[in-house]
Amino acid sequence: MGSITLKQVTKSFGDVNVIKPLDLDIKDGEFIVFVGPSGCGKSTLLRMIAGLEDTTSGNIEIDGQDATDTPPAKRGLAMVFQSYALYPHMTVRNNIAFPLKRAKVAPAEIEQKIASAAKILNLGDYLDRKPGQLSGGQRQRVAIGRAIVRQPSAFLFDEPLSNLDASLRVNMRLEISELHKSLATTMIYVTHDQVEAMTMADRIAVFNAGVIEQVGTPLELYQNPVNRFVAGFIGSPKMNFIDIPTANDGAHSIGVRPEHIKISNDEGMWAGNVGVVEHLGSETFLHVHVEKIGTLTVKSDGDCPFTYGDKVFLSAAQNKILRFDKTGLTLPSLTEI
Amino acid sequence: MATTQSRTLAKFMLMPSVLLLLGWMIVPLCMTLYFSFLDYNLLIPGEHEFIGFLNYEFFITDPAFTESFFNTLLLVGGVLTITICGGIGLAILLDQAIWGRNYVRIMVLAPFFVMPTVSALVWKNMLMNPVNGLFAHFSSWLGMNPIDFFAQVPLLSIIIIVSWQWLPFAALILLTAIQSLDREQLEAADLDGAGPFSKFFYIVLPHLSRAVTAVILIETIFLLSIFAEILVTTSGGPGYASTNITYLIYTQSLLQFDVGGGSAGGIVAVIIANIVAIFLMRLIGKNLEG
Ligand SMILES: Nc1ncnc2c1ncn2[C@@H]1O[C@H](COP(=O)(O)OP(=O)(O)OP(=O)(O)O)[C@@H](O)[C@H]1O
Ligand SMILES: [Mg+2]
Repeated sequence: MGSITLKQVTKSFGDVNVIKPLDLDIKDGEFIVFVGPSGCGKSTLLRMIAGLEDTTSGNIEIDGQDATDTPPAKRGLAMVFQSYALYPHMTVRNNIAFPLKRAKVAPAEIEQKIASAAKILNLGDYLDRKPGQLSGGQRQRVAIGRAIVRQPSAFLFDEPLSNLDASLRVNMRLEISELHKSLATTMIYVTHDQVEAMTMADRIAVFNAGVIEQVGTPLELYQNPVNRFVAGFIGSPKMNFIDIPTANDGAHSIGVRPEHIKISNDEGMWAGNVGVVEHLGSETFLHVHVEKIGTLTVKSDGDCPFTYGDKVFLSAAQNKILRFDKTGLTLPSLTEI
Repeated sequence: MATTQSRTLAKFMLMPSVLLLLGWMIVPLCMTLYFSFLDYNLLIPGEHEFIGFLNYEFFITDPAFTESFFNTLLLVGGVLTITICGGIGLAILLDQAIWGRNYVRIMVLAPFFVMPTVSALVWKNMLMNPVNGLFAHFSSWLGMNPIDFFAQVPLLSIIIIVSWQWLPFAALILLTAIQSLDREQLEAADLDGAGPFSKFFYIVLPHLSRAVTAVILIETIFLLSIFAEILVTTSGGPGYASTNITYLIYTQSLLQFDVGGGSAGGIVAVIIANIVAIFLMRLIGKNLEG
């Protein structure tokens, strides 16, 4: 219970085609993350799966059953919204009880389910408060609580942590991951955040303008992106791209990640001048201006000695360089030939 | 605007207008209070003697007072009920994505811009007239005897007219409130398995409570002093069947030239209005907090 299959699903708003025909197989118990630039249709697809948005064509199957025209409540899915969408005039307790009451669950059972959700999510102290009296993180927990009491076959999250501050986000990230491990329920999670995608996902689906560019485990996407878009989207800081229109082996550009470039003061492939240096403590990002190539981002140790204006040499780890053809598709790496 | 200094400054800047408004209100009020203790009839020249609470006694023990007091309550209560219920329904309709929605919204507001006297005349002569009125035509078309609205159900007729005027106001305020409802809440309710009725009673209605409170308070203030509609249609009759306190004061002071009695009635009306206001604030005022 909890597998979702999308078959040639499309969505248009008027003339605007937001989701191009799209296939995706989400396995039971999987944690799948949708990432992609703003406006590429992640939320739209999630809302289509939830049933909040009509499907223009194609089929959505839940547990092997066609659910394309099933109303939202009947799909057995729960959604956690970015704005939490708690009912402001109800206490936390009533918020969580709301879906159960609508499903005519017996009061004793409701009490017991609320108690267990409160225990899992640490809601005990504020069950009788209204959402307006809670902090962002607490509200998020209530929203998750309201979702889990229904025991859905899958959870849908639309950027649930984007309204939280950085440290809280790290905590909630762990809590959601832990929840996934303990419930073993399918979760679909939309995010902008690289780190969330890489750390939480079993598989990541990278979206671009209404199509899925690649689906795979985080490491697959990091190591073997199918094209330049995925290569640039996964990894932080972004991969450096260098155009080499003169190459004769079909490669049009190459990409090398900042962490695969070595910086030294006496020898290397490219000579350049250090621009902005960002010290993060454990590591340092240097923006090096290289003549004819442009600015390359380099990731180095925390105690990197270089400062603005220094003359340095860069060299890329040969076996980590990715090569792309004219259309942006990844070519087999040199070591494989 | 939060420092002590800026708040003190604000107080001083506001002082002149507050004083002006206070004087504007307090002078007539004091004069009314003063007249209400005098034997002061314009038809009887001479000394205006101080007669204590006699004016009040006459006003309150007059059988017309009790009747018009309950008429006032019925009028306010009836109009509030109709405009709130109708307003919520209308607001929900206007919130739907219908063709030409913007024009419909403007049209709906139109009755509010019609002067009370004019709209009362329109209702009296074009709609409710037992001979020429639209309703009369309609009921004779159905084979029934036309109703003579202002003779048979005078108070109800006035409630209908006033409700027609205030419905757009309520609908508009409630419409803006509905539009400020977070759509994601409704979507969450959809996912939680709430049907249309659950959504209305558990999500929409609680969300509207504040706007409903505001509508009730504002409308009550104006409805306590309904006058023009009564003057134009029934002149308070038959008997006192459609006389409210405001109209009673008018008949007392202006038709009988009794300044003292009218003033006493005015003071009584002020007291009633305050009682109603306190009552309402106790009852629903907490909706406006936080
Ligand atoms: N109701 C709508 N009517 C018309 N166009 C819409 C509607 N909802 C979304 N769109 C369009 O569909 C596209 C995809 O929107 P969507 O909200 O799915 O993006 P997203 O990937 O979730 O972006 P973000 O990461 O910023 O949330 C956008 O170009 C948006 O303008
Ligand atoms: Mg989105």
